[in-house]
Amino acid sequence: MPETMPSPTRTLSALGLYRRMAGASIVAQLRYPGTFAIQAIGNFVTTLLGFFGIWSLFRRFGSIAGWDIGTVAVLYGLVNVAFAVAETLGRGFEVFGGEYVRTGSFDRLLLRPRSTLLLLLGHELRLRPIGRFLQGAFVLIAGLWLAPHVQWSAVLVLPLAIAGGAAMFLGVLIGQAALCFITVEGLEVVNVLTYGGVEAGQYPLTMFGRWLRRFITFVLPLAAVCYYPALFSLNHPDPLGMPTWVGSLSPLAGFAFLGVMVLIWHRAVAGYVSSGS
Amino acid sequence: MQHPFPVPDAITVKNLRKTYTVREGGSWRGKTREIVALDGISFSVPKGQIAGFIGPNGAGKSTAIKILSGILRPTSGEVQVNGLVPWTSRVAHVARIGVVFGQRTQLWWDLSVGEGLALLRDIYGVEPERFARNRARLADALDLGEIMDQSVRQLSLGQRMRAEIAASLIHDPDILILDEPTIGLDAPSKLAVRAFVHELCRDHGTTVLLTTHDMHDIEALAERVIVIGHGRILADSPFEDLRMTTLSERILELDFHGTPPELALPAGAVETARAPHSLTITFDPRQIPAPALVAHVGHLPGLDDLRISRPSIDEIITRFYADHAA
Repeated sequence: MPETMPSPTRTLSALGLYRRMAGASIVAQLRYPGTFAIQAIGNFVTTLLGFFGIWSLFRRFGSIAGWDIGTVAVLYGLVNVAFAVAETLGRGFEVFGGEYVRTGSFDRLLLRPRSTLLLLLGHELRLRPIGRFLQGAFVLIAGLWLAPHVQWSAVLVLPLAIAGGAAMFLGVLIGQAALCFITVEGLEVVNVLTYGGVEAGQYPLTMFGRWLRRFITFVLPLAAVCYYPALFSLNHPDPLGMPTWVGSLSPLAGFAFLGVMVLIWHRAVAGYVSSGS
Repeated sequence: MQHPFPVPDAITVKNLRKTYTVREGGSWRGKTREIVALDGISFSVPKGQIAGFIGPNGAGKSTAIKILSGILRPTSGEVQVNGLVPWTSRVAHVARIGVVFGQRTQLWWDLSVGEGLALLRDIYGVEPERFARNRARLADALDLGEIMDQSVRQLSLGQRMRAEIAASLIHDPDILILDEPTIGLDAPSKLAVRAFVHELCRDHGTTVLLTTHDMHDIEALAERVIVIGHGRILADSPFEDLRMTTLSERILELDFHGTPPELALPAGAVETARAPHSLTITFDPRQIPAPALVAHVGHLPGLDDLRISRPSIDEIITRFYADHAA
């Protein structure tokens, strides 16, 4: 009987493995290029139609409650680009309940010697949200062109806001996946935070009542990744009295939110491993 | 067979216990009830052995398999697999085992078998040369040549199972856990899987833990069977021993060209069935050895043919479960 050799390994870094898995998922998605093109174009058109609604309001009234079309376009662009990035990365968490928990294939994932978060990120690098991304980016740039007082520092703050917003939405998707361990059903509620968040993020904070304002500032840091950095970039004073500089740092709250959701995820996985359900 | 050196154990299980808490009626506020899935089981498997792990549905098999695979934490008890505690060092543990769940795929539906194996290479961190060697060896032994470039979605069940087994071995695990590896396969595929597992154990010293409802898998492969029922170990012995203690009887079938004659049978043999041209006699070889019985009936008038058989492994195991109310 030959001696079992200790397996020499060439452990790929997390990023290297992510690239490989993402690459494989792109190959799989492009296996049906026609379907992909229709979905991406559909994604572009439906999100663009949403913006036409806003645009026609401003065309009719000029400005609404002190907000000009440029500022609103920047808000709209920011939140959509950020959400598109999160949708692209977080598909594995979005489908977690149906494709992993209900079918039991989460057990299969646990049998792989890698972090569960990494494996789920690698589930799919989704190309379809490119429609929303391009459309959001287009509206964002148009907004910057239309807005009256764009700050040069916007060049730095807006990418940070997009990253913070993407981190926040990814956090929501991870939280949603963690919730699947408790209940696979009834997760429509969480869509309030994703699609609802995108809707709410498109409007200035002053449009909402006090309760909702607090929620999207302190619970889901939507205002921190969208509203404040937009005000900072456009040098627009906050009607609610927050100093403008806050917007240059507040996107970091999106990363903090993601961090909390990652902790919750680890707790949820540990709970699953000890209960087996 | 006695080994010249004590073989170290690949798997050691001591007093393993697992209870689940379930809610009555499934509501949020309902009363909770405790279900005992494993009630203190102990066994060990030496390196290089193929151990069958069987039991009726709900006996606790899958709970035990999940704990050994590191995806479930027990309520109490000790487990060491390759010297590691599965649930405390999941990542290090799963890197050294291979698991095939007959009913779930570990490959990617939308990728080809070859692409899936390459992705597993990177997940497990297998060196390129070693990967190339293993891939070639597995492709040859499991006859994967023509399906390597097909997407997993298009494979037949038998082809998929061969690909699954290759996928579970690409990183040279020391231990292979097979959960229903032949379920739903046609006869040639079953034989191919069995032959492969047998060679794997012989040539690579891989330890195999096999759970199955197909007793022919056990008969063909397992040097030893661990029978589990109601969360306890009911038997742990070579299969032959189980046969002797459970259902040692043999069956003698006699064919006649006329009506079978009335017989006076020696002690230990009874007539169990009579048909227009045949007789079935069941006997206990410890009371009446087969040659003596054959000599006794051999000169009967009109006898055309005779056959001796043993109860099938399915009959034995059914009897065993019945005897233990499992």
